[in-house]
Parts: sequence; structure tokens; C-alpha cells
Amino acid sequence: MTVITKKPVNPIAHLTPEDIEQIGIELDAIRQDVLDSRGASDAAYIRRIVDTQRRLELASRAVLLGSVFPPAWILGTVGLSVAKILENMEIGHNVMHGQWDWMRDPKIHSTTWEWDNASTAEGWKHSHNEVHHTYTNIVGKDNDLGYGIMRVDEDQRWHPMYLGQPLWNFINACFFEYGIAAYDLELGRNLRVPKDKRSEEFKRRASATLAKIRKQATKDYVVHPLLAAPFGAALPTLVANFTANLVRNLWSHSVIMCGHFPEGVETFERKAIPANETRGEWYVRQMLGSANISGSKLMHLMTGNLSHQIEHHLFPDLPSNRYAEVAPKVQALFEKYDLSYHQAPLPQQVYSAWHRVVRLSLPNGWLETTTVTNAPQQLKLLYAMSTKGPKVRRAAQARLEQTARRRRAEAAAA
Amino acid sequence: MPTVSEALMRVAEAAVTPLMPADVLDLFDPLRKGADLRARVVAVQPETADAATLLLKPGKDWRGHVPGQFLRLGVDVDGVRHWRAYSLTHGPRRDGLISVTVKAVPDGVVSPYLVHGLRPGALVHLEQADGEFVLPPEGGKHLFVTAGSGITPVIGMLRNLFPATDAGVLRPGRSAEHDIVVLHLAPSRPETIFARDLAALAEAGAVRLISHYDDEHGLFDLARLTELVPDLAERGTFACGPAGLLDALETHHEALGLPLTTERFRASFVGVDAGEGGEVVFDRSGVSIEADGATSLLDAGEAAGVLMPSGCRMGICFGCVVPLREGAVRDLRNGAVTVATPGETAAGGVPIQTCISAAAGRCEIDL
Repeated sequence: MTVITKKPVNPIAHLTPEDIEQIGIELDAIRQDVLDSRGASDAAYIRRIVDTQRRLELASRAVLLGSVFPPAWILGTVGLSVAKILENMEIGHNVMHGQWDWMRDPKIHSTTWEWDNASTAEGWKHSHNEVHHTYTNIVGKDNDLGYGIMRVDEDQRWHPMYLGQPLWNFINACFFEYGIAAYDLELGRNLRVPKDKRSEEFKRRASATLAKIRKQATKDYVVHPLLAAPFGAALPTLVANFTANLVRNLWSHSVIMCGHFPEGVETFERKAIPANETRGEWYVRQMLGSANISGSKLMHLMTGNLSHQIEHHLFPDLPSNRYAEVAPKVQALFEKYDLSYHQAPLPQQVYSAWHRVVRLSLPNGWLETTTVTNAPQQLKLLYAMSTKGPKVRRAAQARLEQTARRRRAEAAAA
Repeated sequence: MPTVSEALMRVAEAAVTPLMPADVLDLFDPLRKGADLRARVVAVQPETADAATLLLKPGKDWRGHVPGQFLRLGVDVDGVRHWRAYSLTHGPRRDGLISVTVKAVPDGVVSPYLVHGLRPGALVHLEQADGEFVLPPEGGKHLFVTAGSGITPVIGMLRNLFPATDAGVLRPGRSAEHDIVVLHLAPSRPETIFARDLAALAEAGAVRLISHYDDEHGLFDLARLTELVPDLAERGTFACGPAGLLDALETHHEALGLPLTTERFRASFVGVDAGEGGEVVFDRSGVSIEADGATSLLDAGEAAGVLMPSGCRMGICFGCVVPLREGAVRDLRNGAVTVATPGETAAGGVPIQTCISAAAGRCEIDL
């Protein structure tokens, strides 16, 4: 993707400022409908999910006590994986968004919730709720665009380091919770600061995160294996916990990649966002910057309703169980204003997001200008761009883009 | 050295983090020792068309009560937790249950739900019994003045003194020292909660009952009190009812130099001035400002130099949530008013988002 202001066809050029404000009014009305009908059945929903998740986790851990028997290992590991996914996605993420604060139940409240994840609730609420949801898809402002380690937009300058990003992305997927914790701390930026000059705030948050990681790891890799030791199941239990964490990490990484990375999702230029962006303008940015996953009720539940990413980004504080009923109204609004509502099944969205990660690991235009016949020259060029310093890189980049433009023009003429 | 139970507790904590062991135990036994105080609804017994007695089985940590005390009850109505105070209408019972009698207030939120919506088996939240409205144990001569549902704490005291059984009203030894007159005021006869109980107590000679029904006798005039109760000067008066009655009684008794104990449930009503703004007090910061009804509390607080937590400033991140201790605020996006009334809403205040809330009358913020 390219920031919308640099695209040949700006997808919102046909909207007048009045249209944009009207979209804001209509979306506010959709939100108000849900607020007006929010009540006992919603409260019952989240309590049932929390209750089910806790019982499932307990039962799975009980089954794992007998995990010397392979069927028990499989059953316990599947159960624990599902429990961990529910805990992070449908419960933790949404509770910390304040979706259930209206119940005034101190046990299910954004200010008191802590989740089964390496990232602290405090760190997550800052980097996710505040930065990502406010500055969604603004290049240079929203760190979720590649998490600071990947290039997911043409407008992020290419560097040889990005050649490895398919690998980084896979490693990040496997250890996603630690990736998020590091990301919430802005670890890369902070570690570059000399030790004695790091802010007190960073030191406090870093030690809170380390304490959190220690607690979570002790639970999964020490306490539960030891509890299973009398049944001879210490090692299988440890492996089961590791597997469940891995499954949860891979799953949540895939779902989250589908939210903003699939091809066709728009990004925005920092300087094109007005200082006092109106509610309507903010809404439109959220509409264009997110993508949905279509699927069954079970799919929606297991993604924590992030399958309704568009609706979630428009209304991050509405209860997740209501996104499904809001979605058709939102989609109708997209159609009314001739905007593109990105929705596809999970495999397709995951493929699309990965395709972008691979494509953008290469310099802009490289893949486009490469054919079977010129492959050796192109590889030589890529090698030069990777090894010969910024000057060569800039020149080669300019040439690549020029060639790509010419090809596009030729194709258009033909 | 930690004791065995402390060590076990540490292992349990390590095994369930980030939850607490209590969160897990709550799944199985929410009324156990050490749990947050809750109660299971055993029965909802209708008293009149719009009043009912809730029979509750309290959690193991319930410390008991003295008749006349009240308890704070937390219930979820339409999914939202509300707290209200109710008098305990009986003495300590042998079966360990407790009961409160609730009259459905027209247009009320909680009381109609308790009377008509609550079902046996439901869990409610509790706080320990509280209140100074109790009879002196050494006995004496008393006058109870009750109006409407103000009879509930008095019924608690009377039932403890004179237990009602199938064989009639008992008069145990502890009641011998008490000489009681009850003046009960109500709009009309059928609406009187516990009318039957009161009548039974009067018939048994346990108390002298003076009933006054507005529709039959006209509005009650306090000047008639000395006429209805000739030995008023020898009695200690206990009154429970609407603020208007209690205020009038206070003036009346003060003029005569008579002792009076009153029980009030509601703090003075919170004024809601939507769109008008009001005084905003930041309790812990010691700052007080006038804010208009269009400025967010976050902006107003920051302008006054209060260290406000904040985030997106548009109502989505919940980084600015702080407790509203008392007063009313209005949601700048849709005009919805949130009210915090000490004694009725949660003890620590009602959490609000300051970035999208403006003052709607005077309010106190816990910051």
C-alpha cells in the first residue's frame, strides 16, 4: 500500500467535507443504538465467557496431570490453547478496551484487568488503545505498522535489513507475546539510549514487564510441571504449556496481521492529517485502515471479534458481542459512500498479509520489474543495493521505480 | 518462616497468576470464607402489591447485625451494578439467613427490580451491616415514628423483641424492659408494609400502635404528637422516613428539648443541571474550579493544574478513567448523565472517562 495522498486514485477523493461529517453522524447513530440497548444479556454474555474460559483452563490443566498418556496430552493441550486464546482475545483485549466498564463490576473492568500475556495491562493500554487506535495507520505515528521491525508500506524506506523480514515476522509470530511486550516498552528505541540516561518511566515499566514475564513463565514452566511431577508428567506438562503458548501466539499474530496488513488496506501520511481532525475524518480513516475476516460464529469468538476489525476500530468501546449485528449497517454505509469494505476468509487474509510482508521485504518496484530472463541481473542489482551503501541504493532505487513506471505505462497503453 | 498455609497460598497464587486464587474459588463457592461478601437469594416473598421481602443466605464472613441496622446491597440491573441501603427487618435468625424488605419506588431503578425481577438463586453483593439506629439494650420507654418504608428498621427491632410464631407473638424476657409506642404514617392502608405484623404486635399488647393514613385522616400534623402520645416527654424517639418528616421532627423535638434518633437512607439529592456545568472538586489535589457544561473534566482539570491521567482524549482508550465520588457528569458525545451518590453507588465512586465528560452540577473527583 501507499499512503492515500500519494495514490494515483485517492479512494476518498469523491467525498466532500459534508459527506465525511455525515458519515460521522451516521456512525454515531449506529453506536448510540447499541448503547441504548446494552444490558443484562450483554453482561450475561461476558460473564459466561469468563466463566467458561476459567473452567476450560482448569479442566485442561487437570487433564494435563495425566499427560504421560498421549490422548490426555493432546486433549489438555488443545483445551489450554483454546483457553489462552479466549483469555487474550475475546476477554483480555476487549475488557482492557473498556468495552465492559459500563457494568461497573470491579472484577471485569479496564482499570483492574490483567491478562495472561508477557505484556503488562498498563503497557498494552498505552501502546494499543492510545497510540494505535488513535493514530491508526498513520505512517510514522502508528507503530503497529510493522511494529518497528518490518516494512509494510511502500512509504517506509527500504533497507537491506528488511530482506530478512519474512523470517523476523515468523519468529515474531512464534513469540508474539514477548514481541508485544518489547514493542509496548519501545525497547529498540529505549535500548539505544545509554543506560544511565534512560528515563525513570522506562526503567519502571521495564521492571514491571520483567516481573510480569517472570510470573507468567513460572506458572507455565515451573509451577504446573512441578504439580504434575507426582504423576510423572512434569516434562509433558511443560511441553504442553509451551505448545499452548506457541499456538496462542501464532493464532493471535495471524488475526492481528489480518486487521491492518492485507493488500488494499489504506495508510495515511502524517502531514496530511489535520491537527484538529474531526470525528468524521477520524471515522473515515478507521474505515479505510482496517480489514475484516469473514467466517462462522466460532471464528468471531476465537478472534475476540477482531474479525470485525472495521467495526472494532470504529467503536473500540462497544461490547464485542455486538459487532456482528453492527457489521451489516456499517457495510451498508460503506456502499452508500462508495468505499471499499475489506472482508475475506482467514486463509485469504493471512495470505494477503504475508504476501505484503514478502513483497515489501524487497525494494519498491523490484518484484514488478523482475522476469525469468532478467532474474540474474536483478539479483545482482539487489545484491549491490544490499552491500554497496546508501548512495548506490538510492540510485538503483530511482532506476527501479522508473522502469516500473514505464512498464505500467506500456501495459496501460497496450 | 512462612506457615504451611502461607506457603500453599503462594503456590496457588503462582499457579493462577494473573488471576488470584479467589477468582478461581469463586467459580465453585462464591459464599465461602474469605470471599468478597455476597449472598444467595433464597426467596422473594411478596408483602403488598409493590413490596417484597428478600430472604438471603449471606456468605460465611457475614458478621451478623443488631436489629435496626441497615446493609448495603449491590445488584446488577440491566447489567449495571447498583448499590442501595436497606434496613434489616428482623433480629439474628437461627437459620443464619437475613432479610430485607423493599418497596418498589415508582420510576426507581433498583427497587422495582428487587421486588419484581429478582429470582431465587441469584447472587447479590453485600457489605457488612452498619448503622447507629438500634435500641438501647437496657430497655426504656420509646416512641417510633415511621413513614412509608421507614418502618423497615423498626420492624427489625420489634421482631427481635417479639418474635412472631404460629402460636402468636412471643414476649421473651428481653422485651419486658421496653415500653413501645409506634406511630406509623402512610398514604393509605393497603400500601402499609408489614401492616399485618404491626397489627398482630398491637393485638398481642406488645406495642401501642397509632396508624395514620393520609387518605382517611388527612395529612399528619406534628402539633398533634403530644395529644396522641401524652407521655412523649418520657420517651426517646426513633424516626425513620422521608427527609421532610425527619427535618420537621428535628425542629419539633429541639424546641421541646426531647431526644431524637433518626435514620436517613438517602444523602441529599444530587442536582443534575445538564449543560449547565458546575463546581468541580478534585479531592486529593485540593483543587476546586467552576467548569462549564461544554468543557471536558480533563481539559478543565488540566487547565487548573491538576495532574490528570489521559490518553486519546476522544473517549476510546480509557486511559483517563477516574472515580467520580459524588455528583453528576454528562457525556459530551450523547448527553448521557452519570450520577454518583455516596451510599448508593459503589463505595470507591463511579469510574468515568474525564475526556468526554463535563460537569452536570457540582461533582467531586477522586484525584
